[in-house]
Amino acid sequence: MTSVRISDDALALACGADAVAAAFAAAGCTVERVSSWGMHWLEPLVEIGGMGFGPATPEDVATILSGRSAKAIGRIAEHPFIARQQRLTFARAGKTRPLSPEDYTASGGWAALERARSMAPTQVVAEVTRSGLRGRGGAGFPAGIKWQTVLSAAGSRKYVVCNADEGDSGTFADRMLMEGDPFQLIEGMAIAAHAVGAAQGYIYLRSEYPHAIRKLNAAIALAEAQIAPFRIEVRVGAGAYVCGEETSLLNSIEGKRGEVRAKPPLPALEGLFGCPTVVNNVLTLAAIPHILSEGGASRYDNLGIDRSRGTMPIQLAGNIRHGGLFETAFGITLNELVYEIGGGTASGRPVKAAQVGGPLGAYIHPRQFDQPFDYEAFAQADGLIGHGGVVVFDDTANMGALARFAFQFCAAESCGKCTPCRIGSVRGVELIDRIRGSAPVADPVTALPQMHNARKSAPSRAEDLTLLEDLCETMQYGSLCALGGFTPYPVRSALKHWPEDFA
Amino acid sequence: MTRAERIAEICAAHAALEGPLLPILHTVQAEFGCVDAEAEQVIAHELNFSRAEVHGVVSFYHDFLPEADPRPFIELCRAEACQARGVEALVAPAEAAAGDRVKLKAVYCLGLCSVGPAARVGETLHARLDASTLVKLVESA
Ligand SMILES: Cc1cc2nc3c(=O)[nH]c(=O)nc-3n(C[C@H](O)[C@H](O)[C@H](O)COP(=O)(O)O)c2cc1C
Ligand code: SF4
Ligand code: FES
Repeated sequence: MTSVRISDDALALACGADAVAAAFAAAGCTVERVSSWGMHWLEPLVEIGGMGFGPATPEDVATILSGRSAKAIGRIAEHPFIARQQRLTFARAGKTRPLSPEDYTASGGWAALERARSMAPTQVVAEVTRSGLRGRGGAGFPAGIKWQTVLSAAGSRKYVVCNADEGDSGTFADRMLMEGDPFQLIEGMAIAAHAVGAAQGYIYLRSEYPHAIRKLNAAIALAEAQIAPFRIEVRVGAGAYVCGEETSLLNSIEGKRGEVRAKPPLPALEGLFGCPTVVNNVLTLAAIPHILSEGGASRYDNLGIDRSRGTMPIQLAGNIRHGGLFETAFGITLNELVYEIGGGTASGRPVKAAQVGGPLGAYIHPRQFDQPFDYEAFAQADGLIGHGGVVVFDDTANMGALARFAFQFCAAESCGKCTPCRIGSVRGVELIDRIRGSAPVADPVTALPQMHNARKSAPSRAEDLTLLEDLCETMQYGSLCALGGFTPYPVRSALKHWPEDFA
Repeated sequence: MTRAERIAEICAAHAALEGPLLPILHTVQAEFGCVDAEAEQVIAHELNFSRAEVHGVVSFYHDFLPEADPRPFIELCRAEACQARGVEALVAPAEAAAGDRVKLKAVYCLGLCSVGPAARVGETLHARLDASTLVKLVESA
């Protein structure tokens, strides 16, 4: 009987994987549901004896089985998109059944936890520090230093919290990892718990990911004995983007409004319920089992450039021909990512811009695409790599409209704690509308009767642009967290490179 | 059992959790389609919070609705990556098809950013939408 492998990842399901799987089963095949390889333009991707076919529909079943399908892509592992990657965190992608403890153990699972538990906590932390691993959630803070702070903190009650709020548009690596290899995240958390002395862990998972919630809950139940006495519980978010910010996330788990807390105190010292807490992104924690395997830390450190060590699961999204998950060592350029690997736009039109690092990331012009993918290089160019999302736009995109969207998103998602963000974002939308409008209009606020001394005439375009820069500066330096503080990045970069879109 | 009794029961079932409020609100929202003023009052009483505290939390999060909406729901992603793949052009035809019968809600990212435009109906996800598939989805909702 022919054995067929098809992913049961949410993206594959959205593209119709269940119907394809049912059609193969009806044709007498054994169907195995595995994780996704991450070649999203080919989903649903069918694998038979290592050979791939995609994107498959139920109508393709007969031709695929007869070996004459035009959708054959050859051996999947040798496909250029896969062969060019260095998959450490996603080593199992496409290969194992997500909820099979046998598959996980057979592919090296739990060895790192066993090794870590034979070591002293300080040694575990030292290996994480040596690996150079930095937080994959956005800020890029060294994981080892954070763990050391929690380990050294006084107190007997400590927590490990996994940030699985993945709200950035253009990112899906956390989702793929949780749905495709949930045990690896659980193992990473258990190692973190041993390293810092925590008994309880939480995974804060956004409500937009129902499939990931179900898989993780199932995986936690299956792994209970392995990780005991450590316990993990999934907590579901409630549709607030800002709850991805770590202190807002902690408030949310505590059952409060997801307002950002002022730092200090650091969550590492006073985090969940006031106790020392490790807060790490899914990808940070999922990188841990590799690092804690024998000699893993130095292998990890050998990859990458400068202070960006190891690999980054990059997500190619938006208007791109070959979208999907591309894990590689730091240092690759956007040119390679967008053109060589991504194949340019899906629409076939010229690339206009790429937004890197989610809604708070800068819009990058193709002439800057030679910039290496690395935390410092992006920061220097007034951008951020954030969670590693790359969203490509073709020449039909209007950058003025996208700058407006950045303010609008900030206004909708602001936690409301500080004025530059809460009010500045609303004023930003109005200001961009004025700048992009055809005729100059007076500011509705200065036009109010009680504004005695304010000027009643409409400001000129030049004056409005100065005001916009002023607003961006106020938000950048006056906001408590990066939602208000980084919204100026997409706005400014759009205005700088595409002023014609603001006419 | 009255509604208030049922909500009190939900609160009791979550009593052992650290920080039980969000899980309680999710359960109430799922069961009654909203967390309204009456529900807030019962929850506040059960957890020994003020009503203002509970209302502050409920109103902060997009997932909790102050009143139930009996219409079918379609959540359409309107975030950047789906914009790059043309979702904005689908909004007008989808809204026309939805009318007052279907609630078309904007959401920001479903994690399907390489195969957008994307939408979610309950737990079912839809990708690679165009005007005609989205309109069909709305009509069959
Ligand atoms: C508005 C905002 C949203 C954020 N969203 C996320 C998120 O969805 N996932 C995440 O891991 N980090 C997010 N972060 C970063 C977290 O605050 C924090 O830096 C991270 O969870 C730390 O883990 P790491 O060191 O492993 O990256 C966000 C930050 C801000 C300001
Ligand atoms: S910048 Fe915005 S989201 Fe961040 S703390 Fe201030 S108001 Fe809240
Ligand atoms: S931006 Fe639409 S699914 Fe991510």
